[in-house]
Amino acid sequence: MASASVYRGAGFDFSNTVRNSFLEQRGVPLPKATSTGTTIVGCLFKDGIVLGADTRATEGPIVADKNCEKIHFISDNIRCCGAGTAADTEFTTALIASNMEMHALSTGRKPRVVTAMTMLKQMLYRYQGHIGAALVLGGVDATGPQLFTIHPHGSTDKLPYVTMGSGSLAAMAVFEAGWKPDMERQEALDLVTAAISAGIFNDLGSGSNVDACVITADRTEMLRNFVKPNERVEKERRYVFRRGTTAYKSEQIRSLVVEETVTRTGEAMDTS
Amino acid sequence: MPDGSFSHPQERQFNPYTENGGTILAIAGADFSVVAGDTRQSEGYSIQTRYAPKVFRLTDRAVLAVNGFAADGNMFVKKVKQRLEWYRHAHAKDMPLRAIARLIQTMLYAQRFFPYYVYNILGGIEEDGTGAVYSFDPVGSYEREACRAAGAAQALVQPFLDNQIYFKNQQAPVGSSHPVHLPLQDVLSIVIDSFTSATERHIEVGDGLEIYVIVAKGRSPQGLESIRNVQELSTNPEGDRVFVIRRELKKD
Repeated sequence: MASASVYRGAGFDFSNTVRNSFLEQRGVPLPKATSTGTTIVGCLFKDGIVLGADTRATEGPIVADKNCEKIHFISDNIRCCGAGTAADTEFTTALIASNMEMHALSTGRKPRVVTAMTMLKQMLYRYQGHIGAALVLGGVDATGPQLFTIHPHGSTDKLPYVTMGSGSLAAMAVFEAGWKPDMERQEALDLVTAAISAGIFNDLGSGSNVDACVITADRTEMLRNFVKPNERVEKERRYVFRRGTTAYKSEQIRSLVVEETVTRTGEAMDTS
Repeated sequence: MPDGSFSHPQERQFNPYTENGGTILAIAGADFSVVAGDTRQSEGYSIQTRYAPKVFRLTDRAVLAVNGFAADGNMFVKKVKQRLEWYRHAHAKDMPLRAIARLIQTMLYAQRFFPYYVYNILGGIEEDGTGAVYSFDPVGSYEREACRAAGAAQALVQPFLDNQIYFKNQQAPVGSSHPVHLPLQDVLSIVIDSFTSATERHIEVGDGLEIYVIVAKGRSPQGLESIRNVQELSTNPEGDRVFVIRRELKKD
């Protein structure tokens, strides 16, 4: 062969799978991915959809991010909450957002929520659950308000109120107690906030703040950090270290100013 | 088997242990000792209760913190208290701290092949009036130390304590040296900051904080009375004194 091929096909690169499964057999496990332990919810009301999410991301029992965003953009009138492996929810929603834009451009219509739902479930089914994304998809389109859940293996549900993630049971308990048909915007927003709060306080995988998103036919309102019930308390002491605290073995000081002589050759550039 | 046959060998397992989260720590001063623990008890991603004490007063000069499997912890504390009561009836005095430490070692090692799944930290005042902390592993290996953290957030708290109590990785200013013991107010601040920080970054730590302070006989409680939410637990104000400070921690 004249030269090694530098061509890489589109999509995922599986070239390390054989090596990794061998390593796993020999007792070297894969590194743990950041997971959004998560409480995410969606709720149908009179004129649209309210989506909600907590903002904690975890790595095992450690809080990796105290204020992450779990309500992802799909299109102007569609948003998607993600639970599960953080990277999977981010990339999957970004890919579908991109494809939805292309679809809208080629059809010349406002995209529909079912379209996004179908694209997501077909992709997740194709990967047989290896893409760990559990989603709540909501929006308002030509057919009215739409709300779906999509599981990592590709199954979907269409329901008037939905929850997902480790805090789904806490949140669903609130919905089951308080949801009713044809709620006003404020009622729905309060219910979503209560559902997310139930997850934040009762599920260890969820925490920090409440994010919400209200989607109606004429506008989408993203309420980032809508409620902040878990502000960090002030420390008792200040931890500043005296200059010279860190011991060192040797010291070397160099001048970073470079001196150079410029020798002109040829004619100067015509700048007229 | 689904087909009703039992031709293949099958394995069944029962696991008697669980891990109930939470964190404990203790710091010894010159003439006092501080033992603290959060009050959350959890299993997996669920909170079982927001108030389950992990720190217990044994005598007027000894406090025991237990962390790990809560059922074993409670049973172990119960048995230690029972042994201390028997000692009181036999000798008409409280068991000295170093003797309690040795008793705990013996009791833990007695269960060498079905251990109490707990980490113990014992804090209090020795017979010579010095503050002491003893830490144990689940099968009874123990050591007297100046400070120790154990439990879910041990990996977060212990390095902080090493830096702030033992002054590890901190060079003293030229011509001076680091103090061997810190005053009570400084120790309490470090304890509170340890728990608020562990609450921020560990999902199993939170809800409430209980700080026990044991002050040696005749020593001033160093302004302890002025702190909010303090309660004295000692039976004799002339001897070693035990106080408890209760604080709230974040509940998410």
